[in-house]
Amino acid sequence: MRIYLRIIMVVAALLLGTLFFFPMWKIYLEAPQYPEGLELHIWINKLGGSSESVLQNFNILNHYIGMEPIHPDSFAELKYMQYIVIFFMVTGVTVGLLGKRKLVLYWVILLAVAGASGIADFYLWLYKFGTNLSPEAPIKVPGMTYIPPLLGHKTLLNFNALSLPGWGSIGIFLAIVFGTLVYLLSRAKINSTTSE
Amino acid sequence: MEVLNQKLTAIAPKLGFMLTLMAGAVLQACGGGEGNQKSTAVDSDAASAVYVPPGQHDEYYSFLSGGFNGQVSVYGLPSGRLLKVIPVFTQFAENGYGYNEETKPMLMTSHGFVPWDDLHHPKLSRTDGMADGKFLYVNGNNTPRVAKVDLTTFETVEIMEIPNSAGNHCSPYPTNNNEYILAGTRFSVPINTDKAGIGDAGLDEYKDKFRGSISFIKTNEGNGHMELDFQVLVPGFDYDLANGGKGPSGDWVFFTTYNTEKSSTLKELGASQNDRDYLAAINWKLAAKYAAEGKAHEMPANYYHNTMDHNSHIAKSNVIKKVRYLLPEECPGMMYLIPAPKSPHGIDVDPTGEYMVVNGKLAATLPVFSFSKMQQAIENKDFDGEVNGIPVFKYESVLYGEVQEPGLGPLHTEFDGKGNAYSTMFVSSEVVKWNVKDLKVLDRMPVYYSPGHLMIPGGDTREPDGKYLVVMNKITKDRYLPTGPELLHSAQLIDISGDKMRMLLDFPTLAEPHYAQAIQADKVAPNSVKFFKLDENSHPEAVKKESDVKVTRQGRTVKVNMTSIRSHFTPDNIEGVQVGDTVIFHVTNLEQDWDVPHGFAIMGATNAETLIMPGATQSLRWVPREAGVYPFYCTDFCSALHQEMQGYVRVSPRGSNVPLKFSTGEKKPVPPAQASVN
Repeated sequence: MRIYLRIIMVVAALLLGTLFFFPMWKIYLEAPQYPEGLELHIWINKLGGSSESVLQNFNILNHYIGMEPIHPDSFAELKYMQYIVIFFMVTGVTVGLLGKRKLVLYWVILLAVAGASGIADFYLWLYKFGTNLSPEAPIKVPGMTYIPPLLGHKTLLNFNALSLPGWGSIGIFLAIVFGTLVYLLSRAKINSTTSE
Repeated sequence: MEVLNQKLTAIAPKLGFMLTLMAGAVLQACGGGEGNQKSTAVDSDAASAVYVPPGQHDEYYSFLSGGFNGQVSVYGLPSGRLLKVIPVFTQFAENGYGYNEETKPMLMTSHGFVPWDDLHHPKLSRTDGMADGKFLYVNGNNTPRVAKVDLTTFETVEIMEIPNSAGNHCSPYPTNNNEYILAGTRFSVPINTDKAGIGDAGLDEYKDKFRGSISFIKTNEGNGHMELDFQVLVPGFDYDLANGGKGPSGDWVFFTTYNTEKSSTLKELGASQNDRDYLAAINWKLAAKYAAEGKAHEMPANYYHNTMDHNSHIAKSNVIKKVRYLLPEECPGMMYLIPAPKSPHGIDVDPTGEYMVVNGKLAATLPVFSFSKMQQAIENKDFDGEVNGIPVFKYESVLYGEVQEPGLGPLHTEFDGKGNAYSTMFVSSEVVKWNVKDLKVLDRMPVYYSPGHLMIPGGDTREPDGKYLVVMNKITKDRYLPTGPELLHSAQLIDISGDKMRMLLDFPTLAEPHYAQAIQADKVAPNSVKFFKLDENSHPEAVKKESDVKVTRQGRTVKVNMTSIRSHFTPDNIEGVQVGDTVIFHVTNLEQDWDVPHGFAIMGATNAETLIMPGATQSLRWVPREAGVYPFYCTDFCSALHQEMQGYVRVSPRGSNVPLKFSTGEKKPVPPAQASVN
């Protein structure tokens, strides 16, 4: 495998590091009383947002409709996800150093599966919070559920919710794109490289 | 009206003083009839000049003193919209200031708890001769005090009592870098240097025993607190107003004096006999140097210094027992007297620092003194005697010139930074624009009625923002819909960006604004605190989690450490309180979001409610007098379930065996469906 392809592979692996510096996903809430908006940021290892107290503010709003309070401790994912990311970074760099084309393919497929599972898991949480409502909720709208959108806009009572991937997810996406590129480009030059 | 006005102005110098006053009265009476007609004679685009569309912000914050309400009113300019009332020297039932346990110490003085004062002059803190938007200093006139308002929270954070002072009118005046805030006494009083407090003397002994004092308050912005460094004991005149120099005159502060006759009774005549009173000039830097070099004496004192802790929101009083003082006769070069037209009011120094304008309210001309001539006169010892060892200049040796026929009853002057001055004429009810260099009157604008102070944003600083002028009128009469005998005072906004003044807007103001300050909004708004961080709340009675709330009894005192959050109190059911107990509710607002205060009020409380900002803890004292059940509730509409934010305290007869207990919500039986899953 050519040296530049190996470099791209290493870069692809390192791109996953964005997950430690940026949120994976962002949920924006807008309402007339919240001109500055409320932002919930989902990281690989924590929940954050537009302010330190954003979770408390989300929970105060959610308690009127009987939604369970959101606590970072409720999500085991926040504890182990970072190790999965580190695993992918280490194996990605190793694959780049080894320069084995097949390994690149396995790595990319595995990463894509992991990413897709993450999104599926995220949706299951949204569904759980949005539908598991206390029967004692002060505000009950018959038939109404409050599943926030996975991607894009949705109106929930007085709130307009918008859900978008953060830079962290874009890092995963780019890692997959770069890995795929390395795999595809290395095929044409397979015999001219020194390692294969 | 205009013609009559001008005629009167023109002949005024030839008339006697009493006639002048009468003319003013006639003008006022006439004004009543023509007010409505005049008020419609504004430019057709005046409305758009002051219109701030919904949701948009004003260009300036202005801080108008509230005079006898003891508060500061914050208005946006140019809209004239009221943004906030800041309680300073006065109890404020609206938010519990001066009623709740945390803020009561703010109003403590050597005379005890003084829940009111007469707040006259706001002054913004300064850096390099310009308002820096950090603090606002204000004076309490009646029971001499100086207070500091923090402009990140718009809360009063410090109040210092001024000893050896009576009628702290000539106050507070900051130097160009906030080195000192100066505060002069209006009433001279007997000062015993061997005993704390104001001394005793026969009122016929005024001339011999009464003295004035000028206090030098260090601001210590680094560590945050005011400190009375020393006082200068000055001759027993009345010290009226002051202003600091700038540029070349930056080391000096100027004070107007009256009653140099030292009369103790019927001062309206007794203090109006001399043709000349004095403008006192004090070199504050030299005074500080003398004080540092050991020229200062020390005397017993007894005054309160109250400070509000930023993190606990608890005010503490510190009683100080001594004060240092300087005697001008022992400090050569520190103080001079400039003869000024009788009973002058405002003294205003132009942006260059060269010209000192003395607003002689009873004089026919407006004298302007020259700082460079004053320096020369000091050098040449061009004196005309002395008073109490303080050299008095010859009038002509320091006079730059006089504005001829400025109007009747000049009180105050501010500057536009383009070489012009604007003076209020109380008696002829107008604002007069004149050129500082050639002393020619350029324009006149009738105002309604009888203006006191006027303010141009930065008009007292090195670089005024000469766009708007706010004039604060003392008499309202027919300007608004009538509201019975008592009327709000009226301010008027004037556009001064062009050659001629343009009247833009009238707006009513609370109580009696004496002076105002304004600053560009972007120097203050970005620093405005949205809520207090619960993590930083260091109140010893704060509870930061609902699970930590408690109700405890110690003898006949019951302490309730409780929380509030949308939309409930924890606890909201309290039993075991007995008649005659002192119950103290320490309420912590757990919210961490902007604009979610919760109020706390309980039936029968003889003080007030208390309004708790997010993240803060406030305490309200309550002594139930009869057995029964007492409701409490949140007073600030906080959420859709605000009306449900309430609770009960059960009060039992003295000696009852109802145990102390508290709760929120009922323990629920586990629903069967969930039980089977678990």
